[in-house]
Amino acid sequence: MATGADSIIRTADGVPLKTSLRRATARRRVRTFLLVVPILAFLLITFVFPVIDMLFRSVDNQIVSSVLPRTTLAIQSWDPASEELPPDFVYEALVLDVQDSFEDKTLGRAGRRLNYEQSGVMSLFRKSGRRAKRITEAPFKDQVIAIDNRWADLEIWQLIHQESSKVTASYFLSAVDLQIDYKGEISWKAEERRIYLFLFYRTLWMSALITVFCLLLGYPIAFLLATLPSRHSNLLLILVLLPFWTSLLVRTTAWIALLQSEGVLNDLMVFLGIISEDGRLQMIHNKFGTFVAMTHILLPFMILPLYSVMKTIPSSYMRAARSLGASPFTGFVKVYMPNTVPGIGAGCILVFILSIGYYITPALVGGRTGTFISNIIALHIGETLNWGLAAALGVILLALVLLLYFLYDRIVGVNNMKLG
Amino acid sequence: MRWLLSTTVVAAGMALAAGSAQAVDLTIVSWGGAYTASQQKAYHDPYMAANPDVNIINDDNAAEGLAKVRAQVESGNVTWDIVDMVAADAITACDEGLIMEIDPDTWLAAAPDGTPASEDFFAGTLSPGGTNCFIPQIVYSTTFGYRTDAFEGDQPSTIADVFDIEKYPGKRSLERRPINNLEWALLADGVAPADVYGMLSTDEGVARALAKLDTIKDQVVWWTKGAQPPQLLADGEVVIASAYNGRLFSAIAEKNQPIAMLWDRQVFDLDGWVVPMGVKDLDAVKAYLYYATDTQRLADQAKFISYGPARYSSAPLVGNHADLGIDMKPHMPTDPNNAKTLFDFDYVWWADHRAELDEVFNTWLAK
Amino acid sequence: MKDLNLSIETGEFLTMLGPSGSGKTTCLMMLAGFEPATHGEIYLNDRPVNKVAPHRRNIGMVFQDYALFPHMTVSENLAFPLRVRRTSKADTEAKVKRALEMVRLPAFGNRRPAQLSGGQQQRVAVARALVFEPDLVLMDEPLGALDKNLREEMQYEIKHIHEQLGVTVVYVTHDQSEALTMSNRIAVFDDGVIQQLASPSALYEEPENCFVAQFIGENNRLYGKVTSVEGSYCRVALDGGGTVFARKIKCEGEGARTILSLRPERVVIAPAEDGTDNSIVGRVQELIYLGDHIRARLAVAGNDEFVVKIPNTERQVDLREGMDVDLGWAADDCRALDAPGQGAQAG
Repeated sequence: MATGADSIIRTADGVPLKTSLRRATARRRVRTFLLVVPILAFLLITFVFPVIDMLFRSVDNQIVSSVLPRTTLAIQSWDPASEELPPDFVYEALVLDVQDSFEDKTLGRAGRRLNYEQSGVMSLFRKSGRRAKRITEAPFKDQVIAIDNRWADLEIWQLIHQESSKVTASYFLSAVDLQIDYKGEISWKAEERRIYLFLFYRTLWMSALITVFCLLLGYPIAFLLATLPSRHSNLLLILVLLPFWTSLLVRTTAWIALLQSEGVLNDLMVFLGIISEDGRLQMIHNKFGTFVAMTHILLPFMILPLYSVMKTIPSSYMRAARSLGASPFTGFVKVYMPNTVPGIGAGCILVFILSIGYYITPALVGGRTGTFISNIIALHIGETLNWGLAAALGVILLALVLLLYFLYDRIVGVNNMKLG
Repeated sequence: MRWLLSTTVVAAGMALAAGSAQAVDLTIVSWGGAYTASQQKAYHDPYMAANPDVNIINDDNAAEGLAKVRAQVESGNVTWDIVDMVAADAITACDEGLIMEIDPDTWLAAAPDGTPASEDFFAGTLSPGGTNCFIPQIVYSTTFGYRTDAFEGDQPSTIADVFDIEKYPGKRSLERRPINNLEWALLADGVAPADVYGMLSTDEGVARALAKLDTIKDQVVWWTKGAQPPQLLADGEVVIASAYNGRLFSAIAEKNQPIAMLWDRQVFDLDGWVVPMGVKDLDAVKAYLYYATDTQRLADQAKFISYGPARYSSAPLVGNHADLGIDMKPHMPTDPNNAKTLFDFDYVWWADHRAELDEVFNTWLAK
Repeated sequence: MKDLNLSIETGEFLTMLGPSGSGKTTCLMMLAGFEPATHGEIYLNDRPVNKVAPHRRNIGMVFQDYALFPHMTVSENLAFPLRVRRTSKADTEAKVKRALEMVRLPAFGNRRPAQLSGGQQQRVAVARALVFEPDLVLMDEPLGALDKNLREEMQYEIKHIHEQLGVTVVYVTHDQSEALTMSNRIAVFDDGVIQQLASPSALYEEPENCFVAQFIGENNRLYGKVTSVEGSYCRVALDGGGTVFARKIKCEGEGARTILSLRPERVVIAPAEDGTDNSIVGRVQELIYLGDHIRARLAVAGNDEFVVKIPNTERQVDLREGMDVDLGWAADDCRALDAPGQGAQAG
């Protein structure tokens, strides 16, 4: 230590050791970070942003106020509970908004948005858009009502008043069969329109049952895989993985060919005399079809985590149990099974979560009684373009999954889960 | 995010521009299968032969057309140039401002006799539901097919027979949505065609339609993809099925299945081109559309598939099937014999009531 | 396994020792009932157990990996054999407590096996195999996973537990010092056959064949041919030159090949004149100073690996590498054994 004056330890080039160490650590951190940048960016773009976007869409309601800026502002001075129509200046604002938005082709979007809440607004807007350009001077109210006398209904104005805010709860309310009126009162939808809760319920219990089937079928197979000599177990593993290498549609179609009433299985049973020609069983296009096809498709997701856990259980556990006096059955139940709980948990969570999100298979084999909430989400994404409602349904589904995961953590413990 | 996407688009655009100075790639989205094949033979191949610098890329994702067009337009990254859509979807897309408005007389070729395009396309087909973003190619119909070996004696011939489970026992297949099914149910229940939509506008009317559907509910296999009903008929899973007429033609004439057409109360629908907002090379798109929708091209497509061309001037030019050699005219939904009891579908009414009736229908279906 | 005939006395600590693959573990698994015996009978307290299922044999077993059940606490592990035997709750608790005290882990009952050190797990495994008072305890290389110091400590501990309880133990190991430390008798296994069954000292002092001599302790080998037999002794002409007078243990008569076995500590350097039965010259190859003794490697009669342990006593011979020295040993310490692989020069 030549530089005895200060007590700081320095490296050969005179930089304090602390600084030098800090720099080295920082450099290492940057390098580590750079390594994960691609996957981080990938996750952000393909997963995090879409999820945030979905959350946002499920409450976003800017379309009405951006297409009808003057109207939504002017109508604030009107009391929707009053039994009177809005004053003339609100109609004036409406005429100007409709003229502008008809010009830049945005009127239809607001019309579609409001039509979700009240049938007929779509055509009312389109009709008004075409004719509003003729209206140039006051009084506006009568001329607007002359276009279509629905403009003289309180309901349409109450709806516009209600949907003026930039965020809305109506998608979420709709997603659980509720509706909100202009007074902010929430009520059930008409009974013949209550569909979503029922579908959530059906999705959950059918998925739970599919998970149970997968467990019952997968557990013995995983056990065989883990205990057979590798020569045989490799072949078995290939058979388990085979479905992964076949297109989902092909597998689903194969089940249709097998299970339909003129299908292979029914033909065989008729041939064997088990059922009569007229007594062919309906095994597809109903719940049964969904159970069979989904269990088959999701089975590998149950087997693989189970197998990977069972593989790590030493054979000495069972021997120890037996040497200690336990019968094979007792040993299996008291010693082997408790040690496979992490695999059971992982497999069940995996299968259950995949199951509640499936839509192609239920759509093709589920018929009327075996379809899931995801089929409705697909309808709103692809056909009706009601992405707000689809997003709200998706958020609820996500929340349900997180809730179940939380419960699982509470009951079993997530640390106790082993995915592979 | 938007910045990132637009940068990617610019970069991709520059790469394209650098790669080929003149060549134009057109991504055309259609339904795949026999339908895309008919477009390939009637439109794409001759167009590329005449314009060597144009390269047409087929994309078979029209089934997700509406959602993908919206995603592309909203993100500002429009990679599709021309999309094949059914009229109902085109109305939605047009209302949402996702596709371009079209001026028929400047975009489209006149008929050989000089009739402007706006008058040569079937009346109203250029502006379904009051929108004007749609160039119709074909008229297709959703109608019924039945198995010829299913019934002894009388064969089903009317919409009421479809709902008559006692006289014509056996499973039916219907599309899993309210559209068409509610109308047919009322028609089968004896409602006059002109009163159908008025009646469906009331809760009682909807209830009446569903009550009629209730009579066959247990016997119905609900389909979601156009390929399903001909397959269900061919497999003998159902005896009567609603289907697109072209799919039924293919099963009957090309695959010789024991199926016959039931044209009563068939519902016309239109399929045509739309152009996403913000398409990259509008001139190339317009040049292609001008060619591909002229009188001869539309007539040519009918050689390969039994859908009717959407122009008056194309009808007389429809000839024989390219492979089978049979006269295609009697197989067209527009043939006078088939269109006698045509039901007049109301796009505007459905745009208003779809959201509500989807819920009602799905609730009914689930119970 | 071939021709296995073994009888174990009550209260005995018997070790099966042998290289891996020698059949000792198979033998143990047959006793436990996890491997079927193709011929012959196994008796436990005069009861044939061949057809008795493992869980009915009342044999405790300690596994190499301990096989403690990770989902149970230490107490639950110990209670397991009692629970499946439907022992009363009070009895179970008392027995578990006693077992924990026996292995000096009274405070560890509520821990999980994963929270214990290797040595502690080992003790729990031993306790679990004993807690239900089995007729016989089998231990399959139970100390294999421990480090050297812990292993030695545990050897004594198991030995003491055995002495305290007087339980019959069959112990499997491939570590000869472990076997020598703990056992009443050792069965040396090779190639599925018991090579010798004897007490530790007999095994070391009087190996009956070449394998045992080589396997137990350090051993010098000299190859040669019997030239004459004189009562229980014989004279052997070494392949590398010279003649040796040795005890005839397991070799044929005149003309037969033999391997002479000689413990390194029984060789004397520069013996007094006529003080030993044998005398031969060796050349020092290497010297290693080990404190209490010096280890010398010499070339003797063509064997470069001839080792002599010279005790570090006052009477020191000055040795240097490359030096020729006289070696001597008593005929009784040099055992003429069988020569497997007839005449092969390499060992």
